[in-house]
Amino acid sequence: MSQSLRPYLQAVRSSLTAALCLSNFASQTAERHNVPEIEAQTSPEVLLTPLTIARNENERVLIEPSINSIRISIRIKQADEIEHILVHKFTRFLTQRAESFFILRRKPIKGYDISFLITNFHTEEMLKHKLVDFIIQFMEEVDKEISEMKLFLNARARFVAESFLTPVSLICPQTRPNSQVDVCLSLTKRTRRINKQSICAASSWLVEGHDSDALRLAFGEHKRIMITLSSRLLLWLLQVVILSNCRRLTIASKGNTYPEFEKHTRELTIRFLSLA
Amino acid sequence: MATPEVHHLFHNPIADHSFSADRKTLAIARDTTVELYGKVGSAFKLKDELKGHDKTVTSVDIAPNSGRIVSCSQGKSSPAQNTHRNALVWEPSPQGVYKPTLVLLRINRAATFVRWSPSETKFAVGSGDRVIAVCYFEEENDWWVSKHLKKPIRSTITTVAWHPNSVLLAAGSTDAHARVFSSFIKGVDARPDPGVWGERLPFNTVCGEFMNNSAGWVHAVAFSPSGDALAFAAHDSSITVVYPSGPELPPRAIISISTQLLPFMSLIWNGEAEIIAAGYDCEAFRFKGGAQGWQLSGTLEAKGRPGLGEGREESALNMFKQMDLKGKTKDDTQLKTVHQNTITTLRPFESSGAAVKKFSSSGVDGRIVIWHT
Repeated sequence: MSQSLRPYLQAVRSSLTAALCLSNFASQTAERHNVPEIEAQTSPEVLLTPLTIARNENERVLIEPSINSIRISIRIKQADEIEHILVHKFTRFLTQRAESFFILRRKPIKGYDISFLITNFHTEEMLKHKLVDFIIQFMEEVDKEISEMKLFLNARARFVAESFLTPVSLICPQTRPNSQVDVCLSLTKRTRRINKQSICAASSWLVEGHDSDALRLAFGEHKRIMITLSSRLLLWLLQVVILSNCRRLTIASKGNTYPEFEKHTRELTIRFLSLA
Repeated sequence: MATPEVHHLFHNPIADHSFSADRKTLAIARDTTVELYGKVGSAFKLKDELKGHDKTVTSVDIAPNSGRIVSCSQGKSSPAQNTHRNALVWEPSPQGVYKPTLVLLRINRAATFVRWSPSETKFAVGSGDRVIAVCYFEEENDWWVSKHLKKPIRSTITTVAWHPNSVLLAAGSTDAHARVFSSFIKGVDARPDPGVWGERLPFNTVCGEFMNNSAGWVHAVAFSPSGDALAFAAHDSSITVVYPSGPELPPRAIISISTQLLPFMSLIWNGEAEIIAAGYDCEAFRFKGGAQGWQLSGTLEAKGRPGLGEGREESALNMFKQMDLKGKTKDDTQLKTVHQNTITTLRPFESSGAAVKKFSSSGVDGRIVIWHT
């Protein structure tokens, strides 16, 4: 725990302990009602002065006490756009499941990311000091959680970028001469346009990386690629096909291929067809 | 210090409790019912349930001599809708069955607190309707009627307490005032002797209106055994003791004791020089002093009783077991106090003259504890 976090959490803890002195209080304005006064705001004399505890301009806690309920709102640190999105998604995930969290408020107070509403019924059935512990623990761990998510996101983004941007020759397998396949991609009308690029990219790579003699491309309704294939290349091609949302893939091998590869292509075809 | 007698009745909050004069019957306000417990051996066993309220019962009181039980709830009583479930007086029959009697409170909000006057001919009901209903029995109609104390009250009454003369009534409210009223009802009360609070006391005379420095909600009020001093506990964790000097004169002394503790919910006097108060700190504290000054003299609970903390196994095996089971080495779920949640009410249990020898406390944790002072 960093040096500035400890006094911040300590201040929140003691303020919460003092604010959580709640009692059963029926409404003064509506008969036969017992509502959280901090939400109803109908009797000013049963509300206490709200308290803000701030660690810096980005991190603060607002405690609004009243006689039978308190509202705790937390602003979680957001250093950049990504953290902003992550915090939003995270709090949204929690608030959508608010009824299983008991003390969570469905909507945060304006200017804050997440709000808790603790009523006297909560302090009656739960242990007060454990409620305080829960809030403090939440505050401790939410920062950790967000920065972990950010790291994870960055790592993932890096991985994705790498696999997109790596020169294809790197993952290009050793082609085997004489193992030729006829790949026929039939595109649907809807996907044709979007996928033209990816198919073109694939074919251009094929053109570049391989003996152009071994490649025949037929344009028009069908893209026909005649190439020499290895199992990894086929896999890659299949990926292209799947990503491009292709309807049918016909693979026919020509020449003398080795049996293992034949088996592989068949399997992949079957799998792909079941996917499609 | 003798060990307190702990009765863990259930896991619901106890809003209020009251013992009968023989200390064999215990009335508990639990949720929407009043539960009567009878003493069997050293334990209390559920004997009877008084069902008549439709909302949370907030307060219950047994009259020591007549054995009548009065209870009040958060519902409302309006003659128009014929709902009179806000307060009920339960008359004991010789067979031990309780029969509810109607109380015409004429309030439209929750009843928060009820207490019998020492004379047992009246009781006072505090309410969220910004009135105190002083109720007395009307023979010809066989019901309890009420007169309202209204005048300067601006918010919910949280607590009331009777003066030993059964005429003066202290009330605490969320408008941060503790007030002393006269609840003199002609034909019911005998004319009281003039005292420090006033000489002529017609109904709704305000004999005193006090507020402490930080204006917190008043949670508890109590007259000293002689009735010549008033103590009240407020939400700013303070206790204020007022010594009046006479009618129409400013009080002789107003002593406010602020503490670093959490607010007190209830207080009782033990003689003229000691106050016992308890509340959100889950334990009782003792205050000592007089008109010259008051101070906090400490807690009534002996910390480190046997069977707490030390008794627990502290071996390495246990430590790892705890870490495996709960992810931590220390179990801090239990509080070090007897009560595990807020104490709601303190009541004298056994007294000799003005001094209280034993008192009882009830808490949100469903425990009744009998303490030695």
